[in-house]
Amino acid sequence: MPDSPRYTVADRPPFRLADLLLRWESILVVLLALVFAVNAWATPWFLDIYNLADATYNFSEKAIIALAMALLILTREIDLSVAAIVALAALGVGAAGALGQPTPVLVLTGLGIGLLCGLCNGVLVTRFGVHSIVITIGTMSLYRGIAQVSLGDQALTAFPQPFLDLQQTYFLADPPTPLSFVLFLALAVVFGTVLHLTATGRRLFAIGANPVAARFSGIRVDRIRFLLFTVSGLMAGLAGVLLTARIGVVRPNIALGWELDVVTMVILGGVAISGGIGSIPGVVLAVLVLGFATFGLTLLNVPGIVINVLLGCLLIGSIALPILIRRAMRRRRST
Amino acid sequence: MSWLAAHREVVLALVIALMVAAIGAYAPAFVEGTSLLGVLDDTALLFMLALGQMVVILTRGIDLSMAANLALTGMLVALVGQHGPDLPALAYIILAILIGLGFGLFNGVLIGGLGIPPIVVTLGTLSIFRGMIVVIGGGDQVNASEMGRTFQAFPHKALLGLSSVFWIALAVAILMQLFLSRTRTGRGIYAVGGNPTAARYCGLVLERYQVLVYAIAGGIAGLSGYLWVARYGVAYSEIASGFELTIIASCVIGGVSIGGGVGTVPGTLLGALFIGVIVNALPTMQVSPFWQMAISGAAILAAVIINARAEAHPDKLILPEARRAAAGARG
Repeated sequence: MPDSPRYTVADRPPFRLADLLLRWESILVVLLALVFAVNAWATPWFLDIYNLADATYNFSEKAIIALAMALLILTREIDLSVAAIVALAALGVGAAGALGQPTPVLVLTGLGIGLLCGLCNGVLVTRFGVHSIVITIGTMSLYRGIAQVSLGDQALTAFPQPFLDLQQTYFLADPPTPLSFVLFLALAVVFGTVLHLTATGRRLFAIGANPVAARFSGIRVDRIRFLLFTVSGLMAGLAGVLLTARIGVVRPNIALGWELDVVTMVILGGVAISGGIGSIPGVVLAVLVLGFATFGLTLLNVPGIVINVLLGCLLIGSIALPILIRRAMRRRRST
Repeated sequence: MSWLAAHREVVLALVIALMVAAIGAYAPAFVEGTSLLGVLDDTALLFMLALGQMVVILTRGIDLSMAANLALTGMLVALVGQHGPDLPALAYIILAILIGLGFGLFNGVLIGGLGIPPIVVTLGTLSIFRGMIVVIGGGDQVNASEMGRTFQAFPHKALLGLSSVFWIALAVAILMQLFLSRTRTGRGIYAVGGNPTAARYCGLVLERYQVLVYAIAGGIAGLSGYLWVARYGVAYSEIASGFELTIIASCVIGGVSIGGGVGTVPGTLLGALFIGVIVNALPTMQVSPFWQMAISGAAILAAVIINARAEAHPDKLILPEARRAAAGARG
């Protein structure tokens, strides 16, 4: 057949530069560059390697939780109890410290409590088929409440020096790198690999896009949900250990309000709250944008609560702008 | 279990009555008349706020910014009370409702107009409203002595042993009940929440209802803002901090479904009363107030589990055929 029409069945859409540039991650890269440029211009202390290293202390713990939260939100779930798990894990670490336990026991206690809380969330969410936002508001009050009841207005401050050294000295001396930041980057690679390069990752996208269709395609939706909540608890436990080691004191209001900071990181990272869209590189970039923007504003003596106003505007603006631009483009095309 | 679901309000009322009786047996002071009226008084703001939140949740939304809106409106009204002339109380009330309504509309336009998910918008405005208090107030707090006489006097006016805050909450509840059950728009809120697609085919546009419900929630938050500040005699950036989750908890305990379209005014009021009783009972029982959070957490989970047990059965079957067969077998 000489002149038979030849169909091209492309495996993926053709590469277009515009698509790459309009990707959410590209916008975040520009935003990050902007944050660095503006801050470097505004204050001479921003581009100091030790300052930058210390800045990562302030967001790495939240960022570790954000990685797990990204997977949850990607699959249409949410875990609002993470900050309460941090508090409960920190409480366990503090109690073990008060008993004079060595560092490995302290770390394992924190991780174990996080894991248990996550398991509990997972069971409740999968067993009762209620949206996780309700379940985790409940467990948030419960976990935080347990921490408040057991600690009251006391504080736990007895920790072995090697434990405090985990976060109060640099993990790497040159370039100065805190342990929490190293863990965050390593975990980001792990989460990114699982999400973007494995079949399990594709399953997460499938669940997020359509849980019912995913179930009909043979994906064990509930088992994966259960695992994700467990992982989220474990990451919160890890964050609790790191936070305790950093500040060296446990009070029941530790990490109060972190859940909303973590959700902000994930949403700014381009993960759709309606599920099925998102990437780990996006979340990592959003973490860096938020972290260094906050740090820069702090250097400029902007009060923390005013920074919150700006971050709130950034969150809404970054979601609203693309919608407005898309609408404007559509209107121009139709006329 | 299905009886439980059908008579959720009755069950909840019984649970609260049992709880009050048990607390009374332990600490008789709690069940004295004035003390019980005190509980109603103290919970009045939560009644109103929970109703505002309920209307939002009915449309499958959520408003995390209510407590921040309350605090910001409270601060703005307090500043008016501080710097302006001594206005009559009604003027402050109207002003507070309008300010809160404005903030609510801002949420509503972003959600309904731009189609941004409610949790994203209200998470953002939560930070923005809270921060604006410091920006506007300069980080200072406004104290009772600076607010003006009528500003403060009004919420403490009592009728039948209950303050005007309670009577306002009662009025809001009655209006809300009439609005939701007797007006076309009120029924429409249930319709768009129950099934947005079906509602759209009936000509009910979800987006318009979204603007409306966030405005209602905002107006209620604003009104509560004035009453809160005037009652407790201080306005600063942290008032009602974290209260947004207590408000949502009231709704959840009261049987409002986060999936939309399900929820009643009496149920929500009882949910709020449940939390109010716990909050007020702990000090009289000389239990550490630190227990409050753990108990309300356990109550939320219990309520959710009871509701889920009663409702979730048909959904366990994935295949529609199996569901129909099960329905046929039951019917």
